[in-house]
Amino acid sequence: MNTPVLQLDALSVEIPTRHGVLKPVDAVSWDIAKGEILGVVGESGAGKSMTGNAVIGLLDRPARISGGQVLLNGKRIDNLTPAEMRKVRGRQIGMVFQDPLTSLNPLLTIGDQLSETIDAHLHLGRAAARQRAIAALDEVGIPAAKDRIDSYPFEFSGGMRQRVVIALALCAEPSLVIADEPTTALDVSVQAQIIALLKRICRDRGAAVMLVTHDMGVIAETADRVAVMYAGRLAEIGPVAQVLGAPRHPYTHGLMGATPLASKGRSRLAQIPGAMPRLAALPKGCAFHPRCPKAQNRCTVDPRPTVADGAGRVACWFPMGAP
Amino acid sequence: MSLVSIKSLTRVFDVSKPWLNRVIERLPKRFLTAVSDVSFEIEERSVYALVGESGSGKSTIGKMVVGLLKPSQGTVQIDGVDLMRASDAEIDRIRSDIQMIFQDPFASLNPRWRVRDIIVEPVAARGGKTEGLAEKLLEQVGLSPLDAGKFPHEFSGGQRQRICVARALASEPKLIVCDEPTSALDVSVQAQVLNLMSDLRDEFGLTYLFISHDLTVVQHMADRIGVLYLGRLVEEAAPGDLFDAPLHPYTRMLIEAAPKMDGYGREVVPPTGEIPDPINPPNGCAYHPRCPLAIRRCSAERPVLEQTGTRRVACFRAGELV
Repeated sequence: MNTPVLQLDALSVEIPTRHGVLKPVDAVSWDIAKGEILGVVGESGAGKSMTGNAVIGLLDRPARISGGQVLLNGKRIDNLTPAEMRKVRGRQIGMVFQDPLTSLNPLLTIGDQLSETIDAHLHLGRAAARQRAIAALDEVGIPAAKDRIDSYPFEFSGGMRQRVVIALALCAEPSLVIADEPTTALDVSVQAQIIALLKRICRDRGAAVMLVTHDMGVIAETADRVAVMYAGRLAEIGPVAQVLGAPRHPYTHGLMGATPLASKGRSRLAQIPGAMPRLAALPKGCAFHPRCPKAQNRCTVDPRPTVADGAGRVACWFPMGAP
Repeated sequence: MSLVSIKSLTRVFDVSKPWLNRVIERLPKRFLTAVSDVSFEIEERSVYALVGESGSGKSTIGKMVVGLLKPSQGTVQIDGVDLMRASDAEIDRIRSDIQMIFQDPFASLNPRWRVRDIIVEPVAARGGKTEGLAEKLLEQVGLSPLDAGKFPHEFSGGQRQRICVARALASEPKLIVCDEPTSALDVSVQAQVLNLMSDLRDEFGLTYLFISHDLTVVQHMADRIGVLYLGRLVEEAAPGDLFDAPLHPYTRMLIEAAPKMDGYGREVVPPTGEIPDPINPPNGCAYHPRCPLAIRRCSAERPVLEQTGTRRVACFRAGELV
């Protein structure tokens, strides 16, 4: 059997504060196979970006990994020293962040930034690195890459900048790409371009992608599988058609009901009552139980760990659609 | 009867460099036409939505409708009062009929004011009676009357947007301009706010000008939709017509490009090109460089918004597509 590119095994992140220890990520487990796109959805505060940052070892202190393992191509990377981690980051894991302007250095030409990254990881020498950089820009669809390589980031539009960031993430041919809200800052038409680009490149390269977003539509069109997070825990994971089409966790079900859809017409949107709990005041038991229509006594006492359910896993005592 | 009537509205911004730079670098003045010859009407008790991508001029129109910006040309008439030409007394009277809800509920509430003061401000500023008003409004928007004594930082994003709605309702307006009211909110909270806005419309007979970039939200809320591209209204129709059979190639591209919830593994042919520089917009139809249907005429002549049935569209080739 092939080793998955990324394996999270009960990964937990904690933040010690004066008022106690917060757990923004609590025992999250999943695999991403080669060439697979895993969508991670959830509302703000669900812990999706925090999970991504934990994988790439970029947690802001005092947050730290408090338990579990992160395996990249079968090797543990959560216990590497910062120096060792720097070699993994960029080389084996590429990153695409939300805001393409802040992820590029405004004082360096994009050519410099690309060749620096390529040279640092692949040790090609400057001339070869520059050729590689032009090829990378070509691949992400920047017209006249040869002429534009000496431009500065401000000379590009938002969509073109995000293409540069994707080129930067992929230039060392990583086996895993973590894209954190890559299209949230972009317009609809540009978003469609970037999504098509991400899908094409990952298919061509066979890279695994962890796509973090709050946009269910983007997930539906891009991901192969989807993981739904709520209050730091994994609520549900499975093939995208199964999770979005016939959600098993009441939270996923609520999210789908709350999303305006063409087929629903003008009818009232289903509301999830209440709001996401603060990490400092997580309810006991299942974190969703105060807002859950199906909650029973058991839910208020202990949370259910994820259990196999069809082709996926769900963390609920009384999943939707069950007898 | 239409409550709002907008005729050939145009707004030009001067985006020139400072005069000294212009002299030294011999640069001409530069102008950005944010809104160009836009006309539409909003029926009383209806929701009119403006959609478009960034730079399409939707927020600029919203600001001109509430009187925060003066039009360069054209008129905004609300309830028969021309905001540019009416007397001060008339404008004063109409002002309390117009309210606005902004995108960012963190920036649009004064952090040093108590919620009570924030909500009653539109009434207090005109010397109206404010006793118990904040409490009543808070209840109407689904918050507790006890919240009136709190400060904005004690609330979540969705709750803050409810406070903004309560403030907008305080002066018993007829028209509320909502500029991306739910873009900063999570899906489940967005559903709460959208439902609240629909309920209030039915209860108070409100008229909304709803500005958004999110097609699904617009489709859910609007009675009539205007699609903007580079400051120009390219198509206007009821949501059913617009989404089932878009006539303008730009509308078609927008609808096609928007991610679909049931589009598992859908392969979208991504649209080509990007929104052009609004300082030097293309000649003729602004969309022609990206348009798959463009003919020579499109680059020479600007199409006017023409009535076809119950909808309006500005495209030379729209007739061929029906």
